Amino acid sequence: MVTVLLPGPLRGEAGGASRVSVTATGTLRAVLDEMAVAHPRLARRIRDERGELRRYVNVFVDGEDCRHSGGLATPVTDGAEVQVLPSVAGG
Amino acid sequence: MATLLAIGTAKGLFLATSTDDRRSWEITGPHFPMTGVYAVAVDTRRSTPRLLAGMTSSHFGPSVATSDDLGASWDEPDQAPVAFPADTGVSLGRVWQLMPAGPDEPDVVWAGTEPSALFKSTDGGRSFELVRSLWDHPHRPQWEAGFGGQAVHTVLPHPRDPARLLVAMSTGGVYRSEDAGASWAPGNTGIRAYFMPDEWPEFGQCVHKVARDAANPERLYAQNHHGVYRSDDDGRTWSSIADGLPSDFGFPMVAHPGRGGMVWTFPLVADGERFPTDHRCRVFRSADAGGKWEPLSVGLPEGPFYPAVLRDAMCADDASPGGVYFGTRSGSVFASRDEGDSWSSVAAHLPDVLCVRAAQV
Repeated sequence: MVTVLLPGPLRGEAGGASRVSVTATGTLRAVLDEMAVAHPRLARRIRDERGELRRYVNVFVDGEDCRHSGGLATPVTDGAEVQVLPSVAGG
Repeated sequence: MATLLAIGTAKGLFLATSTDDRRSWEITGPHFPMTGVYAVAVDTRRSTPRLLAGMTSSHFGPSVATSDDLGASWDEPDQAPVAFPADTGVSLGRVWQLMPAGPDEPDVVWAGTEPSALFKSTDGGRSFELVRSLWDHPHRPQWEAGFGGQAVHTVLPHPRDPARLLVAMSTGGVYRSEDAGASWAPGNTGIRAYFMPDEWPEFGQCVHKVARDAANPERLYAQNHHGVYRSDDDGRTWSSIADGLPSDFGFPMVAHPGRGGMVWTFPLVADGERFPTDHRCRVFRSADAGGKWEPLSVGLPEGPFYPAVLRDAMCADDASPGGVYFGTRSGSVFASRDEGDSWSSVAAHLPDVLCVRAAQV
């Protein structure tokens, strides 16, 4: 089981929950793919239609920015915590 | 009957409603706070008017939502309403235009997007499909991006002939279809592109906005990136109607929805000086299809005025006499209920206004 932590602006897409549980493990892609089945609108706010992470959405796997650890191929093991955070941007 | 004015801004959608023939307005919003609402439409072909909003979150990307209760609640499909097919390798930047088709196709809604593409909905704007014929056009690799990005920002269905459709993009110019979007031909003859080595190219023009005449649908008006034009042959050829305007630069071009020959625009000094001409807040109107132009400023701010009006931030309603509206990059919205003769403030201090659309509902 993997826990995905959601930022405030995205919780509405998960029924108000601040976290969702996903059974898939292996890679971040697998985790997000499974999350997309139950929460498609949540998923498309994190990844575009190519499946790529949106530019100003950051995803941390056990505290490490996935962009520095393989992107969507970042390993995710059972019990991991995946945190989604909007990056600091805009005015 | 009420008048609804939808105001898309850089940080959300505001809805202004008037129940006293456009004298006073009640405003709700922001709907979709912190999203740029570049496209909004009021589809009055349905028994219940449908609002459509194309919004883009800087963080969480673009989407399209609809409302069948005049904005009291919004509905967004689970699947992305507008998305590029996987084989294109492209992702949607934003929706720049949502345009209901003609009365013969009540469930058809067109969307113009960035990057430049046309999408068609046959379910009233809930889901859209890429129009492959335009996407696969051999010119596409040569379409350039202007400062606002590369986008189809004008979609003009023909009001009487569903087979005919016109789109315009920055940068790329006007394209026409006479077979319901199966094939496309450039329609830029006579439109100058001073920023190209060949100033009269077949395509590549930066057309900012095209509007269709109400009485004569073969007649079109275009505000170009320097150049104001009219076509009398459904967009095949164009001739200048810039004489009489203080500048041939600007963004919006709005045609009266019921009165042939009447158009409004908001000139800016120049490409390199994007301030209103003479630094005054003035709308220019022609009642003779661009032959003569007159400045309109009664009720508008009198002092120095610097904000621009973007390409979709001016519109007309379908009331009689006709209402005209515009919003500025400084978040002011003005309305006229007498075709531009006089104006009053609808709202001030909003985020910068990207688009406005008005209709009787």
